[in-house]
Amino acid sequence: MIRRWADRLSPVLVALFCLAPFYWMVVSSLRRTNDILDMSLLPSPFSLENYRAVFQPGNGFVRALGNSVVVAGTTTVLTLIVGTTAAYALARLRFRFKRTVLALVVSTSMFPGSLLIVPLLRLFTDIGWINSYQAMVVPNLSFALPLAVWNLTAFFRRLPFELEQAAMVDGCTAGQAFRKVILPLAAPGVFTTAIITFVVAWNEYLIAVSMVNDQSMKTANVIVSQFTGQHGYDQPFGTQMAAGVIVTVPLVLVVLAFQRRIVAGLTSGGLK
Amino acid sequence: MSTPTIARSRDGQGRLAAVLLSPTFAVLGVVIAFPIVAAVWDSLHRTTEELDADGLVVEAERFSGLANYTSLIGNDRFQTALWNTTFFTVTTVAIETLLGLAMALLMHRAFRGRAIFRAGVLVPWAIPTAISALLWRWIFSADGVANAVLGREILWTAGGLEAKLAIILADTWKTAPFVALLVLAGLQVIPDEVYEAARVDGAGAWQRLRSVTLPLVMPSLLVAVMFRMMDALRMFDLPQVMIGTRKPSVETLSQLAWDEAMNLRYGPAAATATVLFLYIAVAAFVFVRILGADMLSEAKDDGKAVARGRGGSSPHKQPDMLSEAKDDGKAVARGGKEGKA
Repeated sequence: MIRRWADRLSPVLVALFCLAPFYWMVVSSLRRTNDILDMSLLPSPFSLENYRAVFQPGNGFVRALGNSVVVAGTTTVLTLIVGTTAAYALARLRFRFKRTVLALVVSTSMFPGSLLIVPLLRLFTDIGWINSYQAMVVPNLSFALPLAVWNLTAFFRRLPFELEQAAMVDGCTAGQAFRKVILPLAAPGVFTTAIITFVVAWNEYLIAVSMVNDQSMKTANVIVSQFTGQHGYDQPFGTQMAAGVIVTVPLVLVVLAFQRRIVAGLTSGGLK
Repeated sequence: MSTPTIARSRDGQGRLAAVLLSPTFAVLGVVIAFPIVAAVWDSLHRTTEELDADGLVVEAERFSGLANYTSLIGNDRFQTALWNTTFFTVTTVAIETLLGLAMALLMHRAFRGRAIFRAGVLVPWAIPTAISALLWRWIFSADGVANAVLGREILWTAGGLEAKLAIILADTWKTAPFVALLVLAGLQVIPDEVYEAARVDGAGAWQRLRSVTLPLVMPSLLVAVMFRMMDALRMFDLPQVMIGTRKPSVETLSQLAWDEAMNLRYGPAAATATVLFLYIAVAAFVFVRILGADMLSEAKDDGKAVARGRGGSSPHKQPDMLSEAKDDGKAVARGGKEGKA
C-alpha cells in the first residue's frame, strides 16, 4: 500500500522539484512591478508590464536574442559538418589508432573554459576578433565538437555494416556510400545531436561574457544577467524573470517536443 | 572482415579516415591544443614595463619561471578559491549522486510517471545556467520566496555559508535530475531475469537492491559521477551570476582565473587556470584508479568491448573495466573517457 503510493507520488514529487522554480520564474514575470514581492501562486492582477520593460529599446534585448541565435546556430551547423565527417570515420572505417583518436577527441571536452580564456583573449585581440561572432563561435566548438563526435559515433555504429557493403558492391566509393546511404539513415541521430548542441551552445556564458564587451554584440544570457534597474544598482527581478522566460521557453518547448530522442542521445554517451 | 579484398581496401580507408578527421583535429588544435600551450607559456611569463631604445615605455614579456605559481601558494584569494572549488565539488557531487540514484530507483518502478519525469528533468537542463542563477538569486533574495517559505530573514546572497548553501541547492536542482536520467538509462538495461533469479533464490527487496541493482548500475553511476565531478570543478556561471565576482565566500578557481584575465593579469590568470586544469586531470585519474577496480569486478563480459576496439592501441587494463558493452557506442565512448584519465 505504502509502496503503491510511493510509486505514484515519486514522479510527481520529482517533477515538482524540477518544475517549481521554473514556475516561479513564469509567475514572477507576470506580476506588476509593485506586486513583485507577492507570494500568491498565481499572478494577480495579471500583467505584461515586465515583458514590455524587457523589450524597451534601451535594453538591446532583441538584438541580444538575435546574437544568441546567430552564435548558437552557427556553432551547431559548424559542429555538425565537422563532427559528422569525423564520427563517420570513427564509426565505420578501419584504421590504426582509432581508439586513441576517439579518446583524444572526447577528452578535449573536459578542459576548463577558463583555461581557454587567456590565450584566446590575447589571440583574438591581436587579430581583431574581439566583439565579433567568430570570437564566440570558435571557442564554443571546443566543447560542442567532442560532444557531437561522441554522440554521432555512437549513432553511426548502430547502423548495420551491410548497408555500406551492399552500396560498395554496387560500385559506390566509401565517400558515396556515406553520402547516399548512411547520411539519410543517420538523419534522426544528426537531428538529435543538433538539438543537444544548440541547447548547450545557447546556454554558454563564460566565453560570451569574456570575448565581447560591446553592448550590441552580447548574447541574451549576458545581457539579461547585466540588466540594471532604473535606479542604478537595484536588480530588476521582474524584468529579468520575463527575459529569462523568453530566453528559456522556446528551448523548453523544443526539448519537451523531442524529449524521447534527447534522452536517448544524452544517455547513449553518459555525457551532458 | 578477413577477405583479401577488404583487407586491401583498408589502406584506402585509412587515407579517407585521415581526410575526414582532419577538420576536427584542425578545430581542436586551435581551440584546445594552442590554448593549453599558450596558457602554460603565459603562466611562465610576466608582463613588465620597460624603456625601449627611444626611451618610450613599452610592455614586455619577461620569463619569470614558476614565479606566477609560487605566488599563488601564499595567496589567500587563491587558497580560498581552491577550497571553495573543492568544497562545492565534494558537496554537490555527493548530494547529486545520492539524490539522483534515489530518484532513478523510484522512477524505475513507477512506470506510469516516466514521461512526466523525463519531461520535468529536461526543463532544468534546458534553462541556461546564467538564467537559472538569476532565478535562484530572485528566490533567495531578502524578500524572496525562500525566506517566505522558511519564515526567516536570511541574507542568502550576501555571502558566507548561506551563499554556499544557496549555490549547492541551485546546482543540485539543475543536475541531480540529470544524474537520475543517466542512472535510469543504466537501470533499464538490467534484464528482468536477473531479478527473478534473485527472487527465486530468496533475496528480499533490500538484498536485491544491494546485490543486484547497485552492482549492475554501478558503471553508469560512476560515469555520471565522474562527469559531474569534472563539471563541478570548473563551476563558473552559477556563483558568478548568482552571487557575483570577487565574493570570497563562493569564488571558484574558474572565477578567479577569469577575473585575473579580465584585469589583464595574464600571467597569474594562466597559472590559476593551469592549476585548475591539472586539478581536474589528477582528480579524474585518481577517481578511475580508486573506483576503477570496482568497475572491473562488476563487468564480466568485457571481452566483447575489447574485441570491438580494434584500434591500434593495445587493450590495456583500463578500457575493459568500464565496458559492460551494452552497445558499441557506449563501450567505445567509455574507452574514450578512460583514455583521457
